[in-house]
Formats: sequence, C-alpha cells, structure tokens
Amino acid sequence: MSTESYIRRPNRPLQVYAVIFLIVLYVPILFIPLFSFNDSIYVRFPLEGFTVKWYIELFQREAVWNAFMNSVRVGAVVAVLSTALGIFAAKAITRYRFPGRGPVVGFIMLPLVVPLIIFGVALLVLFSQMGVPLSLYTVTIGHMIVCLPFSIATLLPRFEGFDPSIEEASADLGENAWWTFWRVTLPMIFPGVVASLMLTFTVSFDEFIMAFFLTGTQPTLPMYIWGQLRFPQEFPSILALSSFIIAASFVIVFIGLWINRGAHFSTIKGDDR
Amino acid sequence: MSDQALSPPAASASPPPRATWFGRLIYRSEAARGFALLSPTLIFMLVALLVPFMILLVMSLWTAVGFDFDTTLTVNNYVQATERPIYGALLQRSLWISGIATVATVMVCYPMAYYVAFHVHRNKMLWLVFMTMPFWTSYLLRIFAWKVVLGYEGVINSALMNVGLIEQPLEFLLYSKEAVIITLAHAWAAFAILPMYVSLEKIDKSLLEAATDLGDGPVMRFLRITLPLSLPGVISASLLIFIPTTGDYITPALLGGPDGAMIGNLIQKMFGPINNWPMGATLSIILMLVIAFICVAFILMTMFVRRRIS
Repeated sequence: MSTESYIRRPNRPLQVYAVIFLIVLYVPILFIPLFSFNDSIYVRFPLEGFTVKWYIELFQREAVWNAFMNSVRVGAVVAVLSTALGIFAAKAITRYRFPGRGPVVGFIMLPLVVPLIIFGVALLVLFSQMGVPLSLYTVTIGHMIVCLPFSIATLLPRFEGFDPSIEEASADLGENAWWTFWRVTLPMIFPGVVASLMLTFTVSFDEFIMAFFLTGTQPTLPMYIWGQLRFPQEFPSILALSSFIIAASFVIVFIGLWINRGAHFSTIKGDDR
Repeated sequence: MSDQALSPPAASASPPPRATWFGRLIYRSEAARGFALLSPTLIFMLVALLVPFMILLVMSLWTAVGFDFDTTLTVNNYVQATERPIYGALLQRSLWISGIATVATVMVCYPMAYYVAFHVHRNKMLWLVFMTMPFWTSYLLRIFAWKVVLGYEGVINSALMNVGLIEQPLEFLLYSKEAVIITLAHAWAAFAILPMYVSLEKIDKSLLEAATDLGDGPVMRFLRITLPLSLPGVISASLLIFIPTTGDYITPALLGGPDGAMIGNLIQKMFGPINNWPMGATLSIILMLVIAFICVAFILMTMFVRRRIS
C-alpha cells in the first residue's frame, strides 16, 4: 500500500485541534500542583510566591500518614488478588470455549459501566444485614469489584497475543499444567501482569465512590481528602496532598500502560501494517 | 490439548492423573476446564454483585421505621417514588445532564480519535497513553481540579478580575448544571476515546480510496464510509459515558449546588443523613431500570438507523 496516499496527508486543523484537546485535558489537573506551591491560603491569581510549607506541614500530620498507609495496604491486596483472579479468568476466556461465555464475560465486566453507587449501596446493605462492621476489608471487597474488570481487560490482549501451541508444546514435552504456567505462560504474559498490578493498584488507591459507602473508621486517602474539603483553611494542604497523589498516579499508570503497549499493538494493529 | 491423546484406548499406561469423577470431567471437557479456571472470578462476582443486588431488591420493598425496618413487603416505596414530584424531577435532570455531557464528550472526542487513527503514524502508542492516562487517576481529584478552576475565587474568576475584564466574580461558573456538564465531559473524555479509536482504526483504508476514486469528496467520503463504519465505536462510547454519569454523585455534590443536584445525591443522602435505606434502595433499583430501558431503546434505534443507511 502506498505510504503517501492523499488520505495520509497531514491535516493542519485537526493537528491544532489535537494539541488543544490535550492541553484542555491536562491543564485543569495541573492547576492543583501549581497552587500547591503558592504562598497563600486562597486559591486565586495572582500567585503570591513560592513555598513548600504546605508539603512540610502535610508531612507532619499523622492522620495523613494513617490514611496513606490504609490506601497502600488496600491497594496492594486488591492489586494482587484481582490480578491473580484476572489471570485465571483471562486464560479461561481466551483458551476455552464453553457455553454462555459471552454473557458470563459481560456479567464480569458489568462494574465498568453500571454506576458504582449502586454496587456501593448494595454492598453496604449486604454488610449491614449480615452484621459485618465496615472496615478496610469491606473497602477491599468493594475495590475488587471495580478492579477485576480492569485486570481482565488488561490481560486479555496478552493471552490473545500469544500462540496457544507454545503452551501445548510445553505440555507435550512433559511439563505438567503448573510448570507450564510458571515457565511458559507467565513469562509470556508478564508485561500484562505487571501492568495489571500497577493499574489496579492505582485504581484502588484513587477510588472514592465505593470507599465512600464502605469505609469504617479508618479512612483511605481519598476519603481523608473528602473529609477535609469542608474546611476552607485546609485547602492548600489538600492541594499539596492531591498533587502528590496525582504525580504518583500518573507515574505508575504511565509505566503500566507503557510496559503493556505491545499488547495494544498486537490487537489494534489489524490490517494496516 | 489432550483430547486426542485420550482417544486411542489404552494407548499408554498413563490414565488421567486424578481418577475421581471430577478429575475426569476436568480432563475431558473443555467447557469444564474453562469454567474451573473462571470459577474463582465468577463466584466472587456472583457473591459480590448479584447477592447484594438481590438484598437491595428485597430492601426496596421494606419500609423505614425510625432506625429500624418494617420487613413486611410492600410496593409503597415505588408508589411514593412515582407520586412525589421531587424524585421524578431529579431523575429527569440526571438523565438530561448526563445526556448532554455524553453528546458533548462524544462530539469533542470523535475528531481526536479520528486524528490518532488516521493521521498519527509515529508514536501512536504515546498519543494513546497520554489521552487515556487521566482516566486512570483519581476521579475525585479531577473533579476537585474543576472546583479550583471554576470556584468563586477560582482560576477563571481571579484571572479575569486581574486582567480587568470583570469587576465581580462570575457566580454562574460554580454550582450550576453547566459546571456539572463541563466537569463530567472532561472527566470521561479519556474513556470515550478508546472505543471510537478502535472502531476507526479497524476501517479498511482502501474503502476510502475506492470512495475517492468513484468521485466522493472528503465530506461525502466521511459521511458515507467513515462515519457509518465507526458507528459501533460511537455507540459504545456513548453508553460507556451515559450509564455511569447518570448515577454520579460526586460531581454534583462538589460542583452542582442546589441547581445541579442529581439522583445519585439523593440516593447517597437516603443512605446517609436522611437514613431511609429502603427508599434509597428503591431509587437505586429505579435508576437501574431506567438506565437499562434507555440503553435498550438507544441500541434498537441505532440498529434501525443503520439498517436504513446501508
């Protein structure tokens, strides 16, 4: 196919649009770090001067550390569990034909679209009727619901991208299912597994809607921020905390997506190349 | 993988590793193996999604009595929900707000998806990563960012006042329906691009060349080839935004004010300060039913339109 066809001619207006789009997508978020270094309790122009005192003040707060550790703990557990379940599910979906596969997959992916408030209140009702007190465990269960579809969606292209005959060869050469998985399957899907761990951790770390209904006395970091939003004098420290979360999330997500970019290419490439 | 190995009877002295009926079932049947692998996920989802939902359904038939529930089943809550105008009005407003946000997001994102699918040849992955990255980061913080931008003394107001364009802060920016719509559109933009990008990327470029060779200009080419072929992506993008935003309550709580409150806020209040859980359950069920109804109607409509086009 000719590489310089008229369809591939650069389109100036569209290029400008794309750049503006990216700017508009990021600028509102970037105001948070900008004002977090502002030496004023008010979030407004003109900027008063550079300071890191909000960060230092934040650093000394015990409540922030507690909330941070809660979020990290929940996020780590959720990431490991949902990735582990996601590996099994993605393998089952790609490797085996079984009746009702479509509806089952649709059901598992449901939390991606259905408003999370409904799952949140439904779980809340379940826990309260069973007499389970709200704690970090209930938050973890809620976050698993949110993260499992993401984990599966991240891992599916990985499984689709590699040839099942490699696994069969390993089985024919005498490895049992367990060693085939460790020595063949896992190395092949490893980038997907790392990406899934990083993405699900971030989603759980940043998740708010489920946490809102399911948190007990120990707040996660987003819940802590929500609680502080009522106090105007806390605004700058919230900005500092948010900047930290945003920076961390962006770094983790970028690495996760970038590690897993090969999977995207194998599915997206199609017939173009 | 081992089905063939099994068929010659007594070919070797290696029987299935486990001789129980379950082991044999797993060994022989592909479907059983598939289900066995999927079962941890499936059981978790059934317990964590379906069971709570059933209880929610039952609870919607109860009545709140003080801090306790009267567990005699009654449709009283549903009658109330249809009779008292506040519920209908809030639901209508939620659908309206997220409908407009959906249309806006899809229209803004379509050219972007088109650009990356057709005009980006190098670093395509980098573009995709940068477009979708905000979606993965905190929803709460992305909304919080808009509060900073739109606030009474926020970025826009203080900047305009500094330049001298306005004397008083513009009050309509924050706490309005418009603020909610802008924020929702911005927050979900990253999510909308992917399905549209995928369906645009799949389009066979030779179809476009054929259309041009047969005399279509750029506009006709777009309307007759690109747009209809990318319609599945547009539909899934619309649903992916419309459904979750209808139930959103953070954005209206932070930016909506009394004018921009949505049904999600009321549901949250029913489970919080108002403390009428059965009514909250009823509203959740109604919300789900309405969303499902609208989605089915939307899908049927687009199928009808597509049949008329092609």
